[in-house]
Amino acid sequence: MQLKPAKLVNILFILFFAVVLPVGNMLGWVSINSISLWGRYCCFAIAALGIDLIWGYTGIMSMCQAFFFCLGGYCIGMHLLLKATALQGQALPDFMTWNDITVLPAFWQPFHGLVPAVVLALLVPAAVAFIIGYFIFKSRIKGVYMAIITQALALSMYLLFLRNETNLGGTNGLTGFKNLLGFDLYKPHVKLGLYLVTLAMLCLSYWACYKMVHSKFGKVLQAIRDSEARVGFTAYRVLHYKLAAFVMAAMLGGLAGMLYVPQTGIITPGRMDVRASVEMLMWVALGGRGNLKGAVIGALLVNCVYSYFTSVFPQGWLFILGLLYILTVLYFDKGFLGLLEKIGAGIGIKTNPERYATGSK
Amino acid sequence: MYKQIFFAFKSTLFLLAGAALLFTTACNSAASKGENSSDSAAANTVRIGVLHSLSGTMAISEVSLKDAVQMAVDEINASGGVLGKKIEPVIVDPASDWDLFAEKSKELLIDKKVAAVFGCWTSVSRKSVLPVFEENNGLLFYPVQYEGEESSKNVVYSGATPNQQLIPAADYLMSAEGGGYKRFYLLGTDYVFPRTANKILKAYLLSKGIPKENIVEEYTPFHHQDYQTIVSKIKKFAVGGKACVLSTINGDSNIPFYKEFANQGLTAATCPIMAFSVAEDELRAMDTEFLVGHLAAWNYYQSIDIPENKKFVAAFKSFCEKKNLPGGAKRVTDDPICWAYTDVYLWAKAAEKAGSFDVDKVRAALHSLTFDSPAGNVKMDEKVNHLAKPVLIGEIKPDGQFSVIWKTQGLIDPQPFFSLTAKK
Amino acid sequence: MLISAALLLIVALMELLLKINGIKSGKQAGARWVWPVLLAGMVLFFAIRIATDSSGTYIQNLFSGISLGSILILVSLGLAIVYGLAGVINMAHGEFLMIGAYTTYSVQLLFTNVLHVHSNNWFFIAALPLSFVTAGLAGLLLERLIIRHLYARPLESLLATWGVSLILIQTARSLFGDLTAVKLPEMLAGGWQVTPGLVLPYSRLFIIGLTVVVLLAVHYTLTATRLGMQIRAVTQNRSMSACLGINTRRVDAVTFFIGSGLAGLAGCAMTLIGNVVPDMGQTYIVDAFLTVVIGGVGKLLGAITAGLGIGIFSKVLEAFFEAVYGKVLILLLIMIFMQFRPRGIFPDKGRAAAD
Repeated sequence: MQLKPAKLVNILFILFFAVVLPVGNMLGWVSINSISLWGRYCCFAIAALGIDLIWGYTGIMSMCQAFFFCLGGYCIGMHLLLKATALQGQALPDFMTWNDITVLPAFWQPFHGLVPAVVLALLVPAAVAFIIGYFIFKSRIKGVYMAIITQALALSMYLLFLRNETNLGGTNGLTGFKNLLGFDLYKPHVKLGLYLVTLAMLCLSYWACYKMVHSKFGKVLQAIRDSEARVGFTAYRVLHYKLAAFVMAAMLGGLAGMLYVPQTGIITPGRMDVRASVEMLMWVALGGRGNLKGAVIGALLVNCVYSYFTSVFPQGWLFILGLLYILTVLYFDKGFLGLLEKIGAGIGIKTNPERYATGSK
Repeated sequence: MYKQIFFAFKSTLFLLAGAALLFTTACNSAASKGENSSDSAAANTVRIGVLHSLSGTMAISEVSLKDAVQMAVDEINASGGVLGKKIEPVIVDPASDWDLFAEKSKELLIDKKVAAVFGCWTSVSRKSVLPVFEENNGLLFYPVQYEGEESSKNVVYSGATPNQQLIPAADYLMSAEGGGYKRFYLLGTDYVFPRTANKILKAYLLSKGIPKENIVEEYTPFHHQDYQTIVSKIKKFAVGGKACVLSTINGDSNIPFYKEFANQGLTAATCPIMAFSVAEDELRAMDTEFLVGHLAAWNYYQSIDIPENKKFVAAFKSFCEKKNLPGGAKRVTDDPICWAYTDVYLWAKAAEKAGSFDVDKVRAALHSLTFDSPAGNVKMDEKVNHLAKPVLIGEIKPDGQFSVIWKTQGLIDPQPFFSLTAKK
Repeated sequence: MLISAALLLIVALMELLLKINGIKSGKQAGARWVWPVLLAGMVLFFAIRIATDSSGTYIQNLFSGISLGSILILVSLGLAIVYGLAGVINMAHGEFLMIGAYTTYSVQLLFTNVLHVHSNNWFFIAALPLSFVTAGLAGLLLERLIIRHLYARPLESLLATWGVSLILIQTARSLFGDLTAVKLPEMLAGGWQVTPGLVLPYSRLFIIGLTVVVLLAVHYTLTATRLGMQIRAVTQNRSMSACLGINTRRVDAVTFFIGSGLAGLAGCAMTLIGNVVPDMGQTYIVDAFLTVVIGGVGKLLGAITAGLGIGIFSKVLEAFFEAVYGKVLILLLIMIFMQFRPRGIFPDKGRAAAD
């Protein structure tokens, strides 16, 4: 049987991340620190898939994905913090005691159990996205207006989460997690387990997104991207499709945040500032938007570059990152993957490219 | 045709760039591996981590601390190093990104195997790295005044605890010598240090018989630039007389605040500002003539008149000039810079005393250690990793320096978990 | 205040109801009279409050609002022109502000350290045009090198200019260090004491005056000069203008020069009230975008209305809530507003505006 290059890439990807890295860790070649790092990058990749869905395939530039990411993160963070507090025999998390709060606020109550926390981590971003999306799409805000409105939303939510009155820890966010389902979060094998769960969720999300964009639903999304008016004329409910895509993107963001927090050990409003959302767009743009693999590769690549250069060139990493962004947009508008495929085509490897985003209006 | 050639050219260029990048990466990692092996073989250097933001919002404050650490390292290395080994600082940039702080501290402790880490400014960055240090039994030297309510065995807190800064300042303002102020406007940036500081201040002021309606509390977001409304509120508040502002405004918000304060006609004579987060380094950028007479409470000022400090200030200026750092010889020292510098010496001295770089041994050796810092003689507490030190109230002079107008008697013991009853 | 908030709420609810009922004509009618009436109500309300106000609080708040608004107008004016012309979202616009501020700083250093000018008034007078030119040249460079290639892909220009802004910030950081501020020129120190409780700082009065002058200059340029006519032509219909012999590339470049220059001028003015740090532009960029979007793209009058509206609203809100809630509330209000006016106060009309 002959393997198509696209499939080969998938297999290589899974082989490397699911087999080589964990085995390497067991043999002592790869430190558990690097494993956790890859785990966190995988979370970003899930969030990037969401961006690709809404931006790459539906053509809506949403600049609040980091906010949804944080909503998911905060939900699971609240659960972890309650568990850690109970373990220390305290009734309330530390920061509440300092803020003179004597009773656990009502909205913290559901987070005692892991199952409600996980469900809420997905439902809260979805619900928020539904409400916002409904009003935005209903009044036909699009293009730049959509970008700016979502950016303003991310900013105002960021400012709100910074407040101590919200009882979510203010600037310091939630930290001091101890265990998840009774597993100690600082044990290497738990970290490895979390990494594998994240990887599995990434593969699952990828598969789900892949199925979705290749279904009729996905085709309609792409049609909306290419010409919204015409889709409307052919009696499709554009609002419903856009809303569905937006909610799904938000859920992917929430899922990513949920997996991210136990591996990082902290969630702060800093994760959802304006910069964070723009960076998420950059990952997708760099990897190749309108291409699910591009989103994943972009997120992994940019974060590697970020981690690596902040250590190696502490003074100059911003130059490198900035230059990378400019070059990508200027010369490789189909991103890193587009470049690879062009080169592949040049030297005679046949690929089966997915449909790319055309230049948006 | 041309298009294809052009594209081929471009992609070749890109590939070349990529290859060059990979090559340098490989060289770099090879080089660092080489260092590793030579390290373990010759064992003539010891690594320390420097974890201060060099970019992003906190760079404004933290870059100076990195410079101070570097200078202390150079000095120690020039005089023979520690335990016969040269110190090799590993400088990374956590980029004011709190998650990156945790990631970088893992990298420093696990991959680079540093003996100690000098870093952090904001309490959120400290909270972010704390689990990492506790898990890996690392040692973090934290040079900035902080909100208390935390005392980890893996962190050495050389900045002031609340009782080493806030309480003496409040005492001074209420005393006859300080002006006998009776009405207090607590203004801060909205994060944990100002929140806790104001909570402590409020409780203390209330316990001293200040009525509740004479205390106002207000917070602004980070990087707040527009202080018009707040200053006019303060102005109304000040009309009642005997009023002062206790400011925990952080970083770049200070300049707009003081400028607005002066522009709306308020002066130190009518309503002085007692600042807990404004030091010489921040004043360097301000228009100081409007600030004359306003106050600050710290444990160190550049103007302290002792030989250790004169030497330190001169050394820091020449260090900045020689290394061509921005600001050059015009750079100034301040409280956090002093402690960042002192931290390296404390660590070196403890390591010498312990005869080892082992974290547990160094920590044991740190307790009760005394050191002639630029701020005068300071002493490590016997039990907790905090310094006992003097508290000084300074008044801003036209040249951006402080003149020390009041000083506590002897050293004030640290009290990381503040309570009113615990006060002597 | 409470009355006006309630009024706003009622109007918002009314519009919402009309919207949900889908009465298209009703909505149009509502849109036509509701906002002017609301505005008139607010003005009346303030007039009464100011007339009956002895302590000067309302005048102070109003002044603060106008002052913040004029800063927003200065910052967003260049953005509005550039966006209107080329559809390019320039995330590096805030960095031109920073360039203007650093130019002012450098001029100050030059005057005190090299030229030994004792009065510190002259440097500021010299810095005003210089910061315009420096920032303008930087903008020109950006347009020639990068944005020129992106006119067809405006949303992606957002990403490329984001990269540019990262680079510019880091460049400023390594050139100037992190902590700098400009000394206030003597002539702008202090303030105008209206009543004992009310002082209007000269620096803020100056900024308001500068904004008025700049607005008049831009208005004149756009309406009364050949260049302005060309800019408006290209803004309306690029290809038709090109057919008629306008060198659109040149117009693009010149517009970019002016737009960035205006940001530089704003940066110079900002040194009077704030600090000069490498990422100072980031503080204002979101607000500036909001101003442009609310005002309606490429409309001078829109930028003025939106800038003043946001400025006054947030200052008035801030007087009642804490600063953060004031900011969150104003953002929420803007989002509600966008429900009714998705294309700003003064939207483009006609066929070309549809898609």
